[in-house]
Amino acid sequence: MTAPLPEPERLLEALVTQMKDRVGPETGIVGIYTGGAWVAERLHRALGVTVPLGQLAVTLHRDDFGRIGLHREARRSHLPFEVEGRDIVLVDDVLHTGRTIRAALNELWDFGRPRSVRLAVLADRGGRELPIAPDFTGAFAEMDPDEELVLTNEGGKLRLAAVRRP
Amino acid sequence: MGRSIQIDAQGRLVHLLTTEGLPAEMILHILDTAAQFVSVNEREVKKVPLLRGKSIFNVFFENSTRTRTTFEIAAKRLSADVINLNIGASSTAKGETLLDTVWNLQAMDADMFVVRHAEAGAPHLIARNVKPGVHVVNAGDGRHAHPTQGLLDMYTIRHYKKDFSRLVVAIVGDVLHSRVARSEIHALKTLGVPDVRVIGPKTLLPADIERLGVRVFHDLAEGLRDCDVVITLRLQNERMSGPLLPSAGEFHKAYGLTPDRLARARPDAIVMHPGPLNRGVEIDSGVADGTHSVIMPQVTFGIAVRMAVMAILAGNA
Repeated sequence: MTAPLPEPERLLEALVTQMKDRVGPETGIVGIYTGGAWVAERLHRALGVTVPLGQLAVTLHRDDFGRIGLHREARRSHLPFEVEGRDIVLVDDVLHTGRTIRAALNELWDFGRPRSVRLAVLADRGGRELPIAPDFTGAFAEMDPDEELVLTNEGGKLRLAAVRRP
Repeated sequence: MGRSIQIDAQGRLVHLLTTEGLPAEMILHILDTAAQFVSVNEREVKKVPLLRGKSIFNVFFENSTRTRTTFEIAAKRLSADVINLNIGASSTAKGETLLDTVWNLQAMDADMFVVRHAEAGAPHLIARNVKPGVHVVNAGDGRHAHPTQGLLDMYTIRHYKKDFSRLVVAIVGDVLHSRVARSEIHALKTLGVPDVRVIGPKTLLPADIERLGVRVFHDLAEGLRDCDVVITLRLQNERMSGPLLPSAGEFHKAYGLTPDRLARARPDAIVMHPGPLNRGVEIDSGVADGTHSVIMPQVTFGIAVRMAVMAILAGNA
């Protein structure tokens, strides 16, 4: 780790500033479980979006199923609005390889064909393996290749932590 | 039978042969996974790519269009390629052994076998003789087990009753010939159901059934008292040898589930049946089509439970 980790509340403020003129009340805000759903919930509230908040579980579209199998997963995708023809903002906590976003797009398309999809992330740590780029970014965080950047939530208090991979 | 081979050294499910000895944690894992697939089946696109490129062979040595169809739909919604084989009429008639049939299919790069056989233990024999990484699902073997039916019944019970720990569950009718009943009893006991009852005439209950931890009733009205869940079994005339029953009419008189008799159970009791129904024999139309019946939801949940089993097995290569 080369610099102190940013404070999530500050990153949320930065995201709201970037998004407030570009996200209408009919936009579908969709958080990717688990961390992305926490961030999406905060953005949804701060942006005054009227459409209810959505969540995506990406397990069924992951590309590492063949290696790691199917893990216990009680969370399910929940999109309480019509996806067809809607502008969507997909929200995740940390953007890394881009594989989760690829899986989320596939999952989203199982519910209908959106008009557009944009991506908002709390932190972009680089290391992309797919042609995916965020539209809204809280901050860029430089990480060692063997470190994970993880968002935790203790009773609503969000915190970013660097975790060394085993 | 089969307890040791269906779970590998790392504790992962690699075959599903029986609910006997299946740990509660594993059953709940299957039910939770099935819940995800129930939501997939309600979407516009009822398909996920988990088993893309996998070949699943439905090998039915005993005919069952309905069960085969549910496995076929489940496999297709997971994006697997499905090959249906009704072996009864072809290879066996030509003298090929069970294992030769399976080895031939394995040479065609099968990833999973879904097996229905009239002989108890046939799926276990196959599971012991396939290559590592090839999975076997028992779709019903003789009188022994029908684990996916047992699990979909657990899913249905959990869906309506939430908690297993205070339930009274009665299984009514021809328990003797029923692989479904055995699979249900093992699962219900493992999940901690305190009062599991079997109700039927002496001739249609296995002699040592109490050994499984169930209470035996020969009087339907008495057995149904305070039940939360009533599972009616199909009277399996085709499996009976010798005079176990006077007639279907006699059976109905004593053990047919009628609205009057169901009134002995709790007011919010659910009624289940594994199908196909013999209306007017083990169950009256007034019950089968009535407000307590969850027979059609059982069918719907059955697809999701079979998807869950196949996805979990395929992920444990």
